[in-house]
Amino acid sequence: MTEPTSTLTAPTARADRWRPPFRVWSAVVFLVALTLALPILVIFGHVFVPAGEVWEHLRETVLAEYVTNSLLLLIGVGIGVLLIGVPVAWLVSVCEFPGRRIFQWALMLPLAMPAYIIAYTYTGMLDFSGPVQGLIRELTGLGYGEYWFPEIRSIGGAMVMLILVLYPYVYLLSRTAFLEQSVCVLEVSRTLGAGPFGGFRRVALPLARPAIIAGLTLALMETLADYGTVAYFGVSTFTTGIFRTWYGLGDPAAAAQLATVLLTFVFVLIVLERWSRAKARFHHTSRRYSTLPRYQLRGWKATAAFVGCLLPVLLGFLLPALQLALWTLQTPEQWMNARFARLVFNTFWLAAAAAVIAVGLALILAYAKRLEGGRFTHVAVRVAGMGYAVPGIVIAIGVMIPFAAFDNALDSFMRSTFGLSTGLLLSGTVFALLFAYAVRFLAVSLQTVEAGLGKIQPSMDDAARSLGMRPLQTLTRVHLPIMRGTLLTALLLVFVDVLKELPATLILRPFDFNTLAVRAFELAGDERLAESSSAALAIVLVGLVPVILLSLTIGRSRPGHQDQHRSTDPEPPAKPLAMPAGTTNTP
Amino acid sequence: MTQPSEATLQVPHTPLIVLDQVDIGYDGQAVIHQVSLGLAKGQIGCLLGPSGCGKTTLLRAIAGFEPLMQGRIQLDGRTVSDARHTTPPERRGVGMVFQDFALFPHLSVADNIAFGIRDWSRKDRDARIHDLLKLVDLSGYGAAYPHALSGGQQQRIALARALAPRPKLLLLDEPFSSMDVELRGELAREVRRILRAEKTTAILVTHDQHEAFAFADRIAVIHQGRVAQWDTAYNLYHRPADRFVADFVGEGTLIPGMVCAEHVVDTTFGQIEGTLSESLPPGTAVDVLVRPDDIAIDNEAGTLQTEVIDKAFRGADFLYTLRMPDGISVLCMAPSHDNFVIGEHVRLRLDFTHLVVFSRGSGVDCPAG
Repeated sequence: MTEPTSTLTAPTARADRWRPPFRVWSAVVFLVALTLALPILVIFGHVFVPAGEVWEHLRETVLAEYVTNSLLLLIGVGIGVLLIGVPVAWLVSVCEFPGRRIFQWALMLPLAMPAYIIAYTYTGMLDFSGPVQGLIRELTGLGYGEYWFPEIRSIGGAMVMLILVLYPYVYLLSRTAFLEQSVCVLEVSRTLGAGPFGGFRRVALPLARPAIIAGLTLALMETLADYGTVAYFGVSTFTTGIFRTWYGLGDPAAAAQLATVLLTFVFVLIVLERWSRAKARFHHTSRRYSTLPRYQLRGWKATAAFVGCLLPVLLGFLLPALQLALWTLQTPEQWMNARFARLVFNTFWLAAAAAVIAVGLALILAYAKRLEGGRFTHVAVRVAGMGYAVPGIVIAIGVMIPFAAFDNALDSFMRSTFGLSTGLLLSGTVFALLFAYAVRFLAVSLQTVEAGLGKIQPSMDDAARSLGMRPLQTLTRVHLPIMRGTLLTALLLVFVDVLKELPATLILRPFDFNTLAVRAFELAGDERLAESSSAALAIVLVGLVPVILLSLTIGRSRPGHQDQHRSTDPEPPAKPLAMPAGTTNTP
Repeated sequence: MTQPSEATLQVPHTPLIVLDQVDIGYDGQAVIHQVSLGLAKGQIGCLLGPSGCGKTTLLRAIAGFEPLMQGRIQLDGRTVSDARHTTPPERRGVGMVFQDFALFPHLSVADNIAFGIRDWSRKDRDARIHDLLKLVDLSGYGAAYPHALSGGQQQRIALARALAPRPKLLLLDEPFSSMDVELRGELAREVRRILRAEKTTAILVTHDQHEAFAFADRIAVIHQGRVAQWDTAYNLYHRPADRFVADFVGEGTLIPGMVCAEHVVDTTFGQIEGTLSESLPPGTAVDVLVRPDDIAIDNEAGTLQTEVIDKAFRGADFLYTLRMPDGISVLCMAPSHDNFVIGEHVRLRLDFTHLVVFSRGSGVDCPAG
């Protein structure tokens, strides 16, 4: 999900060297990048297609609502994730209070919870017949309509749901920033008379601002990409609008044009993220790290810190997970059968295939960049990793339009020439689905694989070459064995992201082909919340794996602990990810 | 270029490796200019120069990692690099030992050595690994993994790995730079012994002249992407081709003078006699290179009065800095059993046999030593 151009791997000296104009690997990179950019190019191509009636209709009627709602969501979620993410990050990184060690990683747990799943779990808990309102009625004796209770199926509800699962982005990045701040800076600020909280406001917060903004933009990108939550709550945003235009109005061109408007929003966020990351690099004033001496909190302050950290974990993960587990136990007939087993098998098979494709492509791209790192290859690799910022629904439409056109053209050609119908070859098949996953999640694998390759010194390549290995042999006999651990991590991250993916799967899946995510969403949409819980719980449980990996990695890469391994170390199992790759919450 | 080493200076008839007017560069900007070198089979050469002079780039071009802009490189009579074509490293038969050794961390020592000879028969391969481990004095380490070895051991394994396929040419890129200073000399001699045992032709890159002297038959001093001099260590020291080599190799001082006759230069030391490195007409303003061993402290027979202004104890000898009455300072080496103190006045005796002179037509920058 993260910085596909990787500010971590500074361009090596080799990148600028003179190279012959044409190489095989560059050609391969060009083809891969072009193919993966196809959906986005198709969408942008529609900017130039004359607007049809449907678009005019949309513009006059609902466009304003889409824009307003999307903006409201962005603002609400933005404020919410900042208000939760930054303070808890400060508490666990700089203060000492009971439970801090556990909260350090527990605060990341909501990353495992897709937004659409938490949305309908809370609906089940909070709607009229749910346990909360039931308890209120029991305690007060009031009946329906006699008391006020907030309606969760609203834009406000959607905001709260998204905040609960997206605050970890801000938490993670600002926590890293706080930890990386040199002790000197904070100590100097204290010798100059700033107290612990004065130091926070006047020194730590301004220094961490770029990281906080980067986390915020990630959360906002996820907000824009969300389809499941807003669809379930009936809030009209761009994603639901695109879906409706596609299916309800049956106008691909108008849907694509709507998508370009959405992409404009995304683009602004990307620019903001890049900018803040570039700034973050200059904000390291000193290289000296050591364990921060923590402010010991006592009494009411310690209690407040404890509660403040507990609430996001409780509301964002523990309560909904508990509810899902209860529902699952109540509905054994839903999952103790062959149908559920087939569903799990389908999903895992699909996710595994997508992971292998994404990691395979990432390897080709990253290795080509290493071999022939010219400017051209750099740009191509960056283009190929673009999909990370593009909402799944946009990619789905960008895949569907050209594939359907190809299928129709081929079919009519075959029918008129040979009198036989080829039907759907690309669209409506697993191929289309896998292609869309590759576009969307390549960046996840690319970032991991590039980080892993970057740890292998270039002299390894040279040594293998001088011992008679061709480049491809070098890859298989030297790089792949050395980066086994990295590859496993990359596979896992993509696997989990595919498992959670909803809108692209909804649009592109073959007829009668279900995944856990689709099944959970459809059952929940039919108000069969309890029955959908087993599929949802399966997704959440698998989603925990990368969160655990991430917390291990963070623990290991703490400033003051790092740089003890030489880069020749065979394989530290999980590579430090700059950001929570593979933890998209919003389908 | 006369005298003792004429035989070794001759370029042999069939050199193993020839660089012919090689230009290397990036983005059209050459960093290596017009380099021509040749090395005979079995010889050990060295590219010596300060960091950033382009010596590693040159080595990488010989290995096939860098393309040429101009010129060509011939290996064993076959052109392997020219402006249009670069034979990839894997098809050159050139071994390389890297600065960081680049041992494969996922392979055992034996597998590392076997890496380049994987298509040999098992029997031959095992025998070769056994012999090499013995040669580098690490028998019994075959099953160990690189991270379990010390730096010196890793380096010898890297050498064994590079030697395994019996490369026509072995390249060593600053192989001792990550070693402790005390270990370097010993390792350099050890590696030289191994290369001799394998009858390998080799080229070493280093910035350390002592390493180069201990290791190489011929040394190319590289300066700003050009070969300043391609010669034996003896000649680099005693017959430097230009001011840079005179300054970079060994210690010394350039003192101003004037040619008076064919074998005589008038300097602050008075008239000194010796064969001039360059025949110049009388009246030419020159700088004369004074090595610390060209002058000796001799309070009985010495004629020149100087003052000791600094001294460095180097074990067997002292390196004194002496100031002449006119303010010019020179370096002088003296056995350490006489211990003069700073401020003491001593007499100098001149021991010149030949005079290295540079005419002062261009750029008078006297290296301090």
